[in-house]
Amino acid sequence: MATRLQFENSCEVGVFSKLTNAYCLVAIGGSENFYSTFETDLADVIPVVKTSIAGTRIIGRLCAGNKNGLLLPHNTTDQELQHLRNSLPDQVVVQRIEERLSALGNGIACNDHVALTHTDLDKETEEIIADVLGVEVFRQTIAGNILVGSYCAFSNRGGLVHPHTSIEDLDELSTLLQVPLVAGTVNRGSEVIAAGMTVNDWTAFCGSDTTATELSVIESVFKLREAQPSAIVDEMRKSLIDSYV
Amino acid sequence: MAEEAGMFTVQQTVGSVLCCKCGIPMAPNAANMCVKCLRSEVDITEGLQKHVIIIHCPECDTYLQPPRTWIKAQLESKELLTFCVKRLKNMNRVRLVHAEFVWTEPHSKRIKVRLRVQKEVLNGAILEQTYVVEYVQQEQMCEPCSRVQANPDQWVAAVQLRQHVSHRRTFFYLEQLILKHDAAAHAIKIKQMDQGIDFFFANRSHGVKFVEFIGKVAPVKSRSDKQLVSQDTKSNNYNYKYTFSVEISPICREDLICLPPKVAVSLGNFGPLVICSKVTNSIALLDPFTLRQCFLDADQYWRTSFKSLLSSRQLVEYIVLDVELVSSEVNIGGSRYGLADAQVARVSDFGKNDLIFSIRTHLGHLLSPGDYALGYHLYSANTNDMELDKHKGLVLPEVILIKKSYEEKRQRKRNKPRSWKLKSLNIEVDETRNRADDEEKVNNEYEEFLRDLEENPDIRFNISLYRNKDYQPSEVASVTDGDVPSIPLEELLADLDLSDEEMVDTERA
Repeated sequence: MATRLQFENSCEVGVFSKLTNAYCLVAIGGSENFYSTFETDLADVIPVVKTSIAGTRIIGRLCAGNKNGLLLPHNTTDQELQHLRNSLPDQVVVQRIEERLSALGNGIACNDHVALTHTDLDKETEEIIADVLGVEVFRQTIAGNILVGSYCAFSNRGGLVHPHTSIEDLDELSTLLQVPLVAGTVNRGSEVIAAGMTVNDWTAFCGSDTTATELSVIESVFKLREAQPSAIVDEMRKSLIDSYV
Repeated sequence: MAEEAGMFTVQQTVGSVLCCKCGIPMAPNAANMCVKCLRSEVDITEGLQKHVIIIHCPECDTYLQPPRTWIKAQLESKELLTFCVKRLKNMNRVRLVHAEFVWTEPHSKRIKVRLRVQKEVLNGAILEQTYVVEYVQQEQMCEPCSRVQANPDQWVAAVQLRQHVSHRRTFFYLEQLILKHDAAAHAIKIKQMDQGIDFFFANRSHGVKFVEFIGKVAPVKSRSDKQLVSQDTKSNNYNYKYTFSVEISPICREDLICLPPKVAVSLGNFGPLVICSKVTNSIALLDPFTLRQCFLDADQYWRTSFKSLLSSRQLVEYIVLDVELVSSEVNIGGSRYGLADAQVARVSDFGKNDLIFSIRTHLGHLLSPGDYALGYHLYSANTNDMELDKHKGLVLPEVILIKKSYEEKRQRKRNKPRSWKLKSLNIEVDETRNRADDEEKVNNEYEEFLRDLEENPDIRFNISLYRNKDYQPSEVASVTDGDVPSIPLEELLADLDLSDEEMVDTERA
């Protein structure tokens, strides 16, 4: 299910939060509303961690991560790094990287298997991404925009990209990512997809301006209607039981 | 650019996204919303005026452009459209693409204009929208019209044109010049005064323009004064009545002048007895004994402002007995003169006594024995001119001839209509002061003026003569005309006369 919410009157929820299949990071806001929305949906499945990065609240744009790891920019303080290492599950590798383009969230878009990156990232950074996140890295642009992390959002099941993406680009990207993609918008026509929403394999959070049409597009392309946190396990168990029986 | 460099480029097909409001597939745009939804979402005409009140003057059909300009415009005209669009506020927020009138009944006092505007909305999408503005026309008379309504003769500037001479010849000529140049078109009243004419104007600038015109055609001296009529110190408004006093120099054509010694010396020992041969904005003086000519402009004249010794009313008719050319004919300043010695006798003396004068004249080329000529009889003239006494040892000639006379030949043509006529200004005459003999004097002067026109082509050069429709050329006239000067037919203009009667006539024909 996709949820609509606001962070302190701002609909850009993807800026103030980071959602993966293994953890969820939330900015420290003036009120608890934003945090508690995540908490109600996710608390019994994955940890929801309140944090700041480099002293700011725009954590969604500064860090990049998936269920394997979390990459933090070089200006992250030691305290924040320590806090995140303590709060996240042990199998998640948290790493601070020396990269000139410190808004990693804008430069990197990834799911658990593939990452699209800004074309100007360092070679070393690319290697670290591949190692820490356990993904294949592609340097790409989306509809002519180099900030791939801002203009697309994808999970292991589907993805939403900038509305001006041409059909050829869409085909190429979905071949790379091996997930179905669709061009669309969030927040009543906003084309900055990743800023307006954050998504993992079974849930999505969108800005409260998102219209019903946009929400239905999001739910269908990310296959959120049938999705439950336990659905994968159930499926696995069925096959296991099958094999047992 | 990539294609020019020979690079391979992937073909880009524009995909379709769902409109974020209604969900129909559409090409992606800046707002990512279909046009219909965008229209319902934003109204770019919001804050623009849909009803405007404009002020219209019903008398002169003009529109008020605040603060106080009045613009003349026809309904559905380009000017009115410009005016209407300019009256709209907040138009800088949008881009105006098109404007047109929607037809309305002229009596409805409504003007409708359909406008098409463009504006950028929602992160860079440009929306175009059409809307109609209704202008309500409120009637209010403009200031000049209301002034005219209150009192049509209310003048602001008066030009008092004066010449201190005994005749009105100059004003007859000026009247024709003013008519030809339409200089007094703005005058609201023209009034004949003693020794002059008063012109009244509704506007100071019209008066100033008229004074300037007079300054170009006559040697004048003018001064202006103003009288405070009303004031409003709070808004710093002052109403004045302006009076321009314009004096024309009393020197006229054909006048005999004795130049003051100073002027004579400054003109190179010119004269001092001279004839005024022509008056425009400068005065042309001719020495009849040496055939020298000099010009005095208005400034030079008013510095000394001398008067004439004898003027054209004192001309006496002579009969020429003998003429002997001294030199051949010469051309001076466009007119021809021939210096000659002549023997003349006064017509009134002729056959009564043997008084014959041997004189020097500049009209030698015109005169032949037996002709009549007009001249000044200095022999018996009683001049009390101060200037004359200042010249020591000046010997006055007995007679100075001025022009050839056609009086004898004209006798036969008396009271016959002319083949041409002049227009006249609508001059008011104060009836109470007008006496019968005065009228006759004016008529005689006018007749003389008409004769002057016939005799001198360079006077009628500047004025318009019109063909007289009532004139029937008689068979006898052609025989008896002789060499009396007349105006050739090709110089006359056909008068434009539009009357209903004539229209009917032509329709029948």
